[in-house]
Amino acid sequence: MFPSTSYNVGSLIKFTIRKDRIRIPLWLIGIIFFTVLIPVALDDMFPTQEERDVMAETMANPAMTAMVGPGDIENYTIGAMTTHNMLLFTAVVVGLMSILLVIRHTRTEEEDGLSELILALPVGRLANLNATLFVLTVTHIILALISGFSLYALGLDSMDLEGSLLYGAVLGGTGIFFTGIAAVSAQISESSRGATGLSIAALLLAYFIRAIGDVSNETLSLFSPLGLVTRTEAYSTNVWWPVLLLAGFSALLFLLANYLNAIRDWGAAFLHARAGKTYASRFLQTPIGLFFRTQRTAFISWGIGMFVLGLSYGSIMGDLESFFQGNELLEQMLVAEEGYSLTEQFIPALMIVMGILATVPPIIAMNKLIGEEKKNRTESILAAPVSRGKLMASNLAIAVMNGFIMISLSGIGLFLAAETVMEDGFSFGMIYGASLVFYPAMLVMISFSAFLIGFAPKLTGLIWVYVVFSFITNYLGGLLDFPAWVEKLSPFGYIPSLPVENMEWAPIVMLSLIAIILAILGFIGYQKRDIAG
Amino acid sequence: MSVVEVRNLYKKFGKFHALNGVDLTLNQGEIYGFIGPNGAGKSTTIRILLGILKASGGRASIFGKDTWKDAVEIHKRLAYVPGDVNLWPNLTGGEVIDLFVGLRGGDTKRKREELLERFALDPSKKCRTYSKGNRQKVALVAAFASDPELFIFDEPTSGLDPLMEQVFQEYVQEAKDAGKTVLLSSHILSEVEKLCDRVGIIRQGEIIESGTLSELRHLTRTNLLVETKKLIPLIGEVKGIHNVGEDGQTLSFQVDAEELDSVIRHVSQYGILKLESAPPTLEDLFMRHYEHKQETNTGGNS
Ligand SMILES: Nc1ncnc2c1ncn2[C@@H]1O[C@H](COP(=O)(O)OP(=O)(O)OP(=O)(O)O)[C@@H](O)[C@H]1O
Ligand SMILES: [Mg+2]
Repeated sequence: MFPSTSYNVGSLIKFTIRKDRIRIPLWLIGIIFFTVLIPVALDDMFPTQEERDVMAETMANPAMTAMVGPGDIENYTIGAMTTHNMLLFTAVVVGLMSILLVIRHTRTEEEDGLSELILALPVGRLANLNATLFVLTVTHIILALISGFSLYALGLDSMDLEGSLLYGAVLGGTGIFFTGIAAVSAQISESSRGATGLSIAALLLAYFIRAIGDVSNETLSLFSPLGLVTRTEAYSTNVWWPVLLLAGFSALLFLLANYLNAIRDWGAAFLHARAGKTYASRFLQTPIGLFFRTQRTAFISWGIGMFVLGLSYGSIMGDLESFFQGNELLEQMLVAEEGYSLTEQFIPALMIVMGILATVPPIIAMNKLIGEEKKNRTESILAAPVSRGKLMASNLAIAVMNGFIMISLSGIGLFLAAETVMEDGFSFGMIYGASLVFYPAMLVMISFSAFLIGFAPKLTGLIWVYVVFSFITNYLGGLLDFPAWVEKLSPFGYIPSLPVENMEWAPIVMLSLIAIILAILGFIGYQKRDIAG
Repeated sequence: MSVVEVRNLYKKFGKFHALNGVDLTLNQGEIYGFIGPNGAGKSTTIRILLGILKASGGRASIFGKDTWKDAVEIHKRLAYVPGDVNLWPNLTGGEVIDLFVGLRGGDTKRKREELLERFALDPSKKCRTYSKGNRQKVALVAAFASDPELFIFDEPTSGLDPLMEQVFQEYVQEAKDAGKTVLLSSHILSEVEKLCDRVGIIRQGEIIESGTLSELRHLTRTNLLVETKKLIPLIGEVKGIHNVGEDGQTLSFQVDAEELDSVIRHVSQYGILKLESAPPTLEDLFMRHYEHKQETNTGGNS
């Protein structure tokens, strides 16, 4: 690389920090707080080794391994428990943070024409990319150090200095790796949405490769950066080479991103947009058609993603079945629910993950309404003879359909894969019902974002806080032993755990009513407020 | 001495040929108007000059340096203002101005204050809340405050009100008086006419006309208004006369520059009572060049 291509990178680094002076600290505080909170909670709940060993038994099955990775079951200390339950999950969140921040500073600025202004100044062609890479790398080093030292500072027996530093380092390493992935995606894809999608697809792929590898073939997991994450076995054997490997690959990705950026035109990409149609179809000439058309690619990608998620959960059912058949002790421990096989008892835990993940695409679809407003594109639609009510209704209809399709796809995927791998398969009605039962909770979430769009357009990001909250309380709630009422703060907390629990209609009806009321309030707010553009 | 030098410049976007051999020269201290229909290739040429796009063929240099390889060096001495200014929503206008001026390595506090006042811009507002014209003013203030040798403007006044456009023109004039060079791409022909020493017209990626305004005027028609004692018969049939309008004894028409002499001879036979001539406006010139190629124009958007 010519040095002149990064001329003035120092000023751009300062500028990048200035732009993110709130966003980056918020991410860091959130992640570090969460990282430190978990071992404290675990220590509180499982004070003796006996209690921890019982927990180890319940965790040691292929379904859990596929979700959280392998753990040091033999020596299940607080440290090993933290690593087993939280490290992978936190690494995924750190990866997501990298992706969102990098794309913001690279492809989004290019798409919005901001980088044109910067490039006309005496700055190197690659200076902005390298400023972004630098800021993110430093951010992750800070993340690694602070989390490492704070974990050590908790003073828990099993959490020594080396393990703590490794725990932090592997989080930082994952962050830097996905910084590289996002930087490369930003060169490859022409739009910021495309680049974000591509990076998140890489993150999910890494997760799935690792899931399959951890259950069936350890070597396969080493091909996934997230497989490397769990391979460190922090607080057990403390293996450092995966961190070095992550750092090495990150450096290669950084070089690749620089190279791709250097050889392409400004505003251009390696994945080209095809020439489009000359005429709009009849369908496109309606607001609902317009909204659907503008998010078709995202819809299809999410659909495939949810289906694959279902498939991969379904595919571990066979392993789970044979695992239980060989383990009498566990069989005795877990046979609490009459009439259900042990495998079936794992279904609610999988379903809650699928249900909450399936909520993400419809919320994105709903929030498109506010996103378009911020880009000044709703005014031209509202200036046509389209009422605000119709505009919002079109959007809501798309989100509601989207959610139904997403949850259905994941349920069907799970059923199909389970059917092929299990000797004693599930009934389709049972699996599909167990996934669809989450739909009313999803509707509440969708309506809540409609409500925010109507009444608090500046706070629409809150819905994501609520999604994460729902995930933590419902998925991790059992593990962390939250009081029951915390779980009830999320609509997902009211959903009966099919097939283990009986179907209950009262909460379903209640949630649907709440969804309708929130949506109506959203409509009222949207009719009354100013439209920004 | 030429500041900007473009020779036989080509640019392809995939299969689409955006520039087909553009030639352009800007001399030190002149204001050059760059005009042409939508999608003609003005912004593309400018982006190649800025080293943001890479030419597919030909040569482009500024201050004698290659626009792609020496972009950084060149940018220390130029300022650019696009027509569509997008800014970072959570920064203030003042911060953006300081960033731009700072990156260029200038420090011109006094000039900045003066410009803010003349352009009536409040620098303490977040860019999110600026109107289109105000965002453009941010870029203009940053450009004029950093006092470069070359200004490149791509439709810089497309969002300004007439008063602000006036202020802009004064600053451009002031820059010229200080010996700076200006490349001004614009659709506001009166502005180009008023400011520019020389003009280049680009269409479908080719410069089809270039020169000083008076040179270009020779290439086009003069507007005439005549009143004669006797009626001139069949005036529309005379060679070189176009667009005849009639109002009683008064005739108005346009004459091709090369036929002016013979037309005046012809008309004078009928006893001239009154004769008014007006030089063609840039608009006439522009129209004439665009009209007959309108149907083949495949231009897209910018
Ligand atoms: N990245 C690109 N990919 C494909 N075609 C492009 C690209 N950028 C510009 N073009 C095409 O190149 C041609 C010239 O565009 P350019 O933006 O230079 O026009 P312009 O003269 O500035 O027009 P306007 O007056 O509308 O601003 C147009 O037909 C445009 O569609
Ligand atoms: Mg243009």
